[in-house]
Amino acid sequence: MSSFQWGLTPDDMNFWGKLRQISWGQVLLVCMLACTGFTCLYSAAGGDLDKWASPQIMRFLFALGMMIAIAMTNLRWIYRLAWPFYGMTIILLIFVDVFGHIGMGAQRWLNLGIIKIQPSELAKIATVLALARFYHTRDLVEVRRLKNILFSCAIIAVPFVLVVAQPDLGTAMAISFAGIAMLFVAGVSIWIFIAGAVGVAALIPIAWQFMHDYQQKRVLIFMDPESDPLGAGFHITQSKIALGSGGVSGKGFMQGTQSHLNFLPEKHTDFIFTLFAEEWGLMGGLALLTILGFIILYGYWIAFRCRNQFARLVAFGLTFNFSVYVIVNIGMVMGLLPVVGIPLPLMSYGGTAMLTVMAAFGIIQSCSVHRDIRISKGLLG
Amino acid sequence: MDRDQERIDSFSRRALMIGGLQGIALGILGMRLSWLQVVEGDKYKTLSENNRINVQILPPSRGQIVDRYGVPLATNLQNFQVLVTPEQVEDFEKAIADIRTYITLDDSDLKKALRQKKRNPSYVPVEVRDHLEWEEVSRIELALPHLPGVSIQAGELRNYPYKDSTAHIVGYVGRVSENEMTEDPLLSLPGFQIGKTGIEKTYEMNLRGKTGQSEVEVNVHGRAVRELGRSAPQTGDRLTLTIDAEYQRFVHQRLSSERSAAAAVMDCVTGEIYAMASYPSYDPNVFAAGISVLDWEQLRDDPAHPLSNKVTSGVYPPGSTFKIVTALAGLEAGAVNEHSTITCPGHFDLGNTRFHCWKAGGHGTVDLNKALQQSCDTYFYKLAQNIGIDKIAAMARRLGLGEKLDVDLEDVKAGLVPDQSWKKTQEDPIWHPGETINAAIGQGYMLASPLQLAVMLSRVVNGGKAVTPVLGQKIGEQKLGEQSSSSVGLSQAHLEMVKRGLVAVTSQGGTAYGSRITEEGMAMGGKTGTSQVKRITKAERAQGIRRQEDMPWHLRHHALFVGYAPTDNPRYVASVIVEHGGSGSGAAAPIAHDILLEIQKRNPAGQKKENGGDEG
Repeated sequence: MSSFQWGLTPDDMNFWGKLRQISWGQVLLVCMLACTGFTCLYSAAGGDLDKWASPQIMRFLFALGMMIAIAMTNLRWIYRLAWPFYGMTIILLIFVDVFGHIGMGAQRWLNLGIIKIQPSELAKIATVLALARFYHTRDLVEVRRLKNILFSCAIIAVPFVLVVAQPDLGTAMAISFAGIAMLFVAGVSIWIFIAGAVGVAALIPIAWQFMHDYQQKRVLIFMDPESDPLGAGFHITQSKIALGSGGVSGKGFMQGTQSHLNFLPEKHTDFIFTLFAEEWGLMGGLALLTILGFIILYGYWIAFRCRNQFARLVAFGLTFNFSVYVIVNIGMVMGLLPVVGIPLPLMSYGGTAMLTVMAAFGIIQSCSVHRDIRISKGLLG
Repeated sequence: MDRDQERIDSFSRRALMIGGLQGIALGILGMRLSWLQVVEGDKYKTLSENNRINVQILPPSRGQIVDRYGVPLATNLQNFQVLVTPEQVEDFEKAIADIRTYITLDDSDLKKALRQKKRNPSYVPVEVRDHLEWEEVSRIELALPHLPGVSIQAGELRNYPYKDSTAHIVGYVGRVSENEMTEDPLLSLPGFQIGKTGIEKTYEMNLRGKTGQSEVEVNVHGRAVRELGRSAPQTGDRLTLTIDAEYQRFVHQRLSSERSAAAAVMDCVTGEIYAMASYPSYDPNVFAAGISVLDWEQLRDDPAHPLSNKVTSGVYPPGSTFKIVTALAGLEAGAVNEHSTITCPGHFDLGNTRFHCWKAGGHGTVDLNKALQQSCDTYFYKLAQNIGIDKIAAMARRLGLGEKLDVDLEDVKAGLVPDQSWKKTQEDPIWHPGETINAAIGQGYMLASPLQLAVMLSRVVNGGKAVTPVLGQKIGEQKLGEQSSSSVGLSQAHLEMVKRGLVAVTSQGGTAYGSRITEEGMAMGGKTGTSQVKRITKAERAQGIRRQEDMPWHLRHHALFVGYAPTDNPRYVASVIVEHGGSGSGAAAPIAHDILLEIQKRNPAGQKKENGGDEG
C-alpha cells in the first residue's frame, strides 16, 4: 500500500524511543496550565492548601502518569477498542439515566464503589474515537454517501440525547460540536452543513411560536443574562466586575476581593478564570490565553503530522473538544456567551474532568507517538 | 494512494479553517479581556469597592453628667436585649416560644419581633425583648446551648438616678427627630439618642463623644467577613455640674408640699447654682426609654406645668422683692437716705388714682429700714414718683433683671423691665405716671424669673459684683466659665443700708420674722414678695379684702421670697416662688428658711464660720 518508508515505525521503537516521540512541548504547557490552576485553587480557598489545591495536585500527578501511559499505548489498540468503548459508554449513559438518580440525586454520577465515574465525560472521548474509527475506513466518496452521513450523525446523536436527558446541556453541546467538526474535517460535503444551519435557523422562529411566555423568557435570559441582573445575570455581572477591577496588573495573588468575598460564584470551578484574571490582571489573563492557544496549536500540529486518518481525526477531535471548553468557558465568564455550566479544563476543580482531559491528551500524545504507523482497515471493520 | 492524499488535503484545508476560526475566537477573548480590564477597568474598580467595603458606625458611649461631688446625675445603664437571628433558626416562632419558657414575653413584643423579621434580611438579628433583668439575662445565658440562633446583646440606656428631682436641669435624651437630622451619620443610627432638653441638650456635642468607625469587608450577602480598619469610638466628656445632687433632692422634696413651686439656690460669689428645683417635675427615665402618648399628654396638659423649669422659664411679677431694686435706685439718685422718712397713711394718691399700701391702716412714719422690713408700699410709691421709671429700670438691669441670663439651659426667659422707651414700642406708647407706681413694687408690667431674682439679690449681698449664674463646672477636666469680678458700680454704703433692711425683715417686726433662722451664725436675711395675679377690684376692696384662701387657686397671689445667708458674711442666695401660694411670708419664706439652713449645714462653698473674714 505504501510507496514510502517514513523512517522507523513505532513498531520498531523501544520504550525510550517512543518516549522521545512524545510532544513534550505540549506536556509542558499542560503542566504549566495545571500549576496555574493549583495556585488559583489555593487562592480561592483563602490560603487553604487542603481544601482544593492538594487534592487537585494529587489527581493531576496521577492523571499525568496515566497520560504518559496512554501516550505509550499502541494506537492500534485504541483503534480496536474504539467501538467497544463507545458501546460501553452508551450502556453506562443509559444506566445513569435510568438508575443514577436513585442512588445519588444527581444523575451524572455512577458510583462504582471505589471510584465515581461520570459517563458523560467518557462520552466526549468515546464519540471522537468512534467517529474517527468510522471514517478511518472510508474514503471521500464513501464519506459523502447519505447512508454514512446519517450513520455518523447517529453516532453523535445517541450520546447527545442521553447526556441531554441527564440533563447536562453543556456537555451534550460540546459532544455534538466536536462531532460535527469531525464530520466537517472528515470531508462531508459543505452543503450538508449549510443546509443543516439553514434548517436549524428556520426551525428557531417556528419553535419560538410554540413556546410559552415563561419559556421564551427563560431562553432570552439564557441568551442575555444581564437582562436579569438579580438572577442568572448576577453571576455574570459579578464576574465582569471581578475581571474589570483586576485592571492591567491585577490585584495580586490572594488579593482578589471579589472572589474571596464570595461575590463570585463557583470561583473554584466554572469561574476560576475570573479569579485568575482578577488577581493577575490583563498580563496574567493574556498569558493564560496564550498558553491555552499554544496547547490547542500543538494539538492541531500533531493532527497535521499524522500519517493515518484515524490518528488525524482523533487528535483533531480531542483538541477541538478541548478548545470548545476553553472558548465557551472564558467567553461565558466574560459575558460574551450564555451561561453554560462547563469548566475550564485543567484549571477548574474536579477529578473526573481532570482525568478525562488528561486521558484525552494521552490519546493525542499517542497519536503523536504513533503518527507514522499504518492501521489496517480490516480490523473489526 | 491518491484517494488517501485527497482525504489528507481535504482534512488539512478544513482543519486549518476551523483552527483559524478558533484562533480568531481566542483573539476575541483576548480583546474582550483587554476591554474589560483596561477600558472599563476604572468603572469596575469602583463597582468592586462598593461591593466590598461597608463602613459601620460605632456609636460612642454618652458622657456622664455628675454633680459637684462626682455623684452621677445621668449615666448609662446596660440594656440587655434578647436577639434571634432568623437564618440561624429553623423555625422562628418556635425559637421565640423556646425563649418564652425562660422569660416573659407579651404579645406586643412578639408582634414587634415578627414585624422586624419581615423587614430585614434573615441574617439581621431581631430584637425579641429589651430591658432584661439581670436574672433573666442569666437564665437565658445558661440556656443558650439549647437555644440556637439566640443571643444576648448589651446596649446602653440613659439613666437618671435622681429621677424627677434633677429632671429640669439635666433634661433627657430621646430618639433623633426628623428636623434634628444633620449630615452626621451617627444620628441616623437606629435607636441613637440625643439630648432633648436641659444640660443633655446644651452640652450635646461634648456629651455625645466621637463616633468610631469599623470598615468591614462584606460578602455578597452583606455579612461581615473581616475588619479592615477600626477607629474606636470615644466616650463623650464627663460633665460636672455645680449642683449638689443630695441638696437638690432636698430642695425638690421641700417644694413638694406645694402644688406648684420653684426654687434656686446659688453662690453669690462664684455664681454656682447648688440647686434649681421646679415642682412638680417628671421622671426623665420614662422619656429616655420612650414615653407613651397618654403619659406625655398628661404631663403636657397639667396646669402646674411639670415639663417647664419655672426657675428659668417661669416669669412672675416680682412683687415686693423688687423693692430692693427701687430702694437702691432711690439711694443712688439721692432721693432718699437712711434717715429720710415718709408717712404712710395706708395709701398714696396720684391725681385721682389711689394706690393702696398692703396694710390698710398704714405704717405711720417709715424710713428705709422699716420700709424694707415691713414692706411698706407707700414709701416706694413716693420714692418712685420722685425718681421716675427710667432710673428704676436702669438699676433693675444692672442687677440682672430684664435680660436673658447666660445659663446653660435652653429655656431661659428674659422677663421684662418696663421703661419709657419700651413703652413706645407698645400699643399704648405713653408712659403713665401710675405705671411707675406699680413698677416700684414689682407689679404691672414687671416680670422676672426666680433665677433672675436670685442673681439680683446676689449682686446686692456680694458687694455689688456682677455675678452670673453657673451650672456647668467642668467638661472632662477643663474648667468652665470663669466668673468675672466686674462691679455693677454700686456704693458699698448703699448696699449695706439695704442689707440692714433685709436683715430686719427676719427680725422682730419683719414680714419674715416667723421664718428666721435661729441657728448660731446662720442667720438669714431676705425680702418677701406677694405678687398679684388678679387685680383687686374696687368692689372687692369695698367688701373688705377677700381672704386668699377663698379664691380659686389659679387666681391667688404668687408667694415669693429672696433670701441670703449667713447675714454676716453672705454666701448663699435663695429665690423661692410658690405659685398662687397666697403670701410671700406665709408660703415662700418658710421654704427659704429650710433650704438656706440646709445649704449652710452642707456648706458646699467651704465657707468658714463667722469671724473668718474671708470675703472671697
